Amino acid sequence: METKLKYPDEMGRFGKYGGRYVSETLMPALLELEEAYFETKDDPEFIEELDYYLSEYAGRPTPLYFAERMTRDLGGAKIYLKREDLAHTGAHKINNTLGQALLASRMRKGRVIAETGAGQHGVATATVAALLKMECEIFMGLEDTKRQAINVFRMKLLGAKVNEVNSGTKTLKDAMNEAMRDWITNVGNTFYMIGSVAGPHPYPMMVRDFQSIIGKEAKEQIMDKEGRLPDLLIACVGGGSNAMGLFYPFIEDKKVKMIGVEAAGYGLGTGKHAASITAGEVGVLHGSKTYILQNSDGQVTGTHSIAAGLDYPGVGPEHSLLNDSKRVTYTAVEDDEALEAFKFLSQIEGIIPALETAHGLAYSMKIAPKMSKDSIIIICLSGRGDKDIHSVADVLG
Amino acid sequence: MRIEKKFKEISIKDRSALITYVTAGDPSLDVTPDIVFKLEESGADIVELGVPFSDPMADGPAIQLASERALESGTTLHGVLDTVRKVRMHSEIPILLFGYYNPFYAYGLRKLAEDAREVGADGILVVDLPPEEAEEVKVHTDNEGLDLVFLLAPTSTTERIKLVSDHASGFVYLVSVTGVTGERPNFDYSLDSIIKEIRTYIKLPVGIGFGVSSPLQAKKIAGMADAVIVGSSIVRLIEKHRNNKRKLFGELSEFVRGLSQACIKQELKHKDMKIM
Repeated sequence: METKLKYPDEMGRFGKYGGRYVSETLMPALLELEEAYFETKDDPEFIEELDYYLSEYAGRPTPLYFAERMTRDLGGAKIYLKREDLAHTGAHKINNTLGQALLASRMRKGRVIAETGAGQHGVATATVAALLKMECEIFMGLEDTKRQAINVFRMKLLGAKVNEVNSGTKTLKDAMNEAMRDWITNVGNTFYMIGSVAGPHPYPMMVRDFQSIIGKEAKEQIMDKEGRLPDLLIACVGGGSNAMGLFYPFIEDKKVKMIGVEAAGYGLGTGKHAASITAGEVGVLHGSKTYILQNSDGQVTGTHSIAAGLDYPGVGPEHSLLNDSKRVTYTAVEDDEALEAFKFLSQIEGIIPALETAHGLAYSMKIAPKMSKDSIIIICLSGRGDKDIHSVADVLG
Repeated sequence: MRIEKKFKEISIKDRSALITYVTAGDPSLDVTPDIVFKLEESGADIVELGVPFSDPMADGPAIQLASERALESGTTLHGVLDTVRKVRMHSEIPILLFGYYNPFYAYGLRKLAEDAREVGADGILVVDLPPEEAEEVKVHTDNEGLDLVFLLAPTSTTERIKLVSDHASGFVYLVSVTGVTGERPNFDYSLDSIIKEIRTYIKLPVGIGFGVSSPLQAKKIAGMADAVIVGSSIVRLIEKHRNNKRKLFGELSEFVRGLSQACIKQELKHKDMKIM
């Protein structure tokens, strides 16, 4: 099946996925946002402004680091790490929030809201809100505020109001429900900054576009360093924004293989995981049609992952298409494997990765040894792991 | 057809229809038919039967909790359809299934429309299904002669009103506020201009809901709409008295009778509209 850069279509669909499954109250706001985004995205002034903040404020381009020790230890493919952990706020999330915040200020929205799981997107949102003097409210599941307490403190320090969400499973999906409810209520003056390539159109497209800087830079950098394209890209997938950001600029480079790594939690067989593509069914959640984890009656099921940022029962609709077209292969690794990778990278390279990122690393540890020494892997090191120290300490003792 | 017939019946009586919402399976599907009968007996003209969903994004706390209780009591869409069948054995009250898309989608859209018609439901309203996404449902509801009811909101533009007019049947549900479902002490009655616009493009009856919680509010709404829709405050009564059926039915009856009385149309003076 052919995968060209033609998605989404004018209805916001990626093949049969995506769309805008929202209540009527939000439809005008989504149409307004789509129009504003199309008007703005190619405006040279906007591009210049975004570039300025991305380089001067967020610290881009991030390095493409040759992980020599990791490569030697695994004994196979050469491994490069795209160091999104070195971007301001410690993860790739800032790429998107800067883009959306600049758009929001052009749309004269004085208030921004966001959902967050691990807190990385919440922090990145609170950061740009402070920078651009916007009122900011973050929605975060009660469960996540506990396991990511440092990020809660960071958001508050940045001036955001953090709302603990106590409904449902008290994690990312419920935070998103609550953010949607806020948006329905305050749609006039509020810009909803969705943090992943999920949600109703135009979010999956817009977030992908803002995150594509990851892959664009990586492509240039690998050409500089190796004079050729990589053989394999690996990224973790919750909603899938860092993966989409890395993958998208390589989509038409057919020889570059891509693997998205979902969270298998305690194991796919246990039912306690967050592997929406690997183990889910097509459904509609949070405004788009995509693979979701649900029971036979269409109720969205609770998820589990040690990584709060992956603990979500859906995935961006474009990933669903890329899965069906087989352009990207999706797999899943368990909590224990991610923890091993977390320790491994910390000790061998002196880089503490986020637990989310550790899922991608864990898979690369399996596959790199099987690849030849002249092959090249790029892993998206989507975030740093300082926020996870406490939860890891709880598990490892 | 029952919905259209009901609106015709009511329009000659010089009153607005009273549409009441309950979440099916709250507190359990065993009780739901009796609740529906009680609503009808007390003056409800149409019943919206909520299909519970794990992620009710457009609902406030009252209906969120009702959904949770219904799911905890084991409610499924199959069970809801069975319940409609049970109601239909004793009552001709129009029944609209009201819910979020995913449970309907998971059930299978064709099968849903076939089964809904077969058990005697009259229409479907999907909260998170704007007309742009509705084609795959509408083909089946049309086939089975079911109404597909759409929402309009204070934010809806003229273009969107026209779009809904191309797709809607039964009636149009105007959301009174930009917000989630739930009672509101202060109600914004500045809906005149959007109602006028809806009436220009859509010939179907217009119902107004979200936030209507007292006979006084119902009276004001009845002055401008063809139907008054009340949900959260009925759901709250069920929440409060769910362990005491007699008390529950007594309270429901009293409350719905009051609302029904309030649906009798009367000339509203402009200054009355501003009192709230």
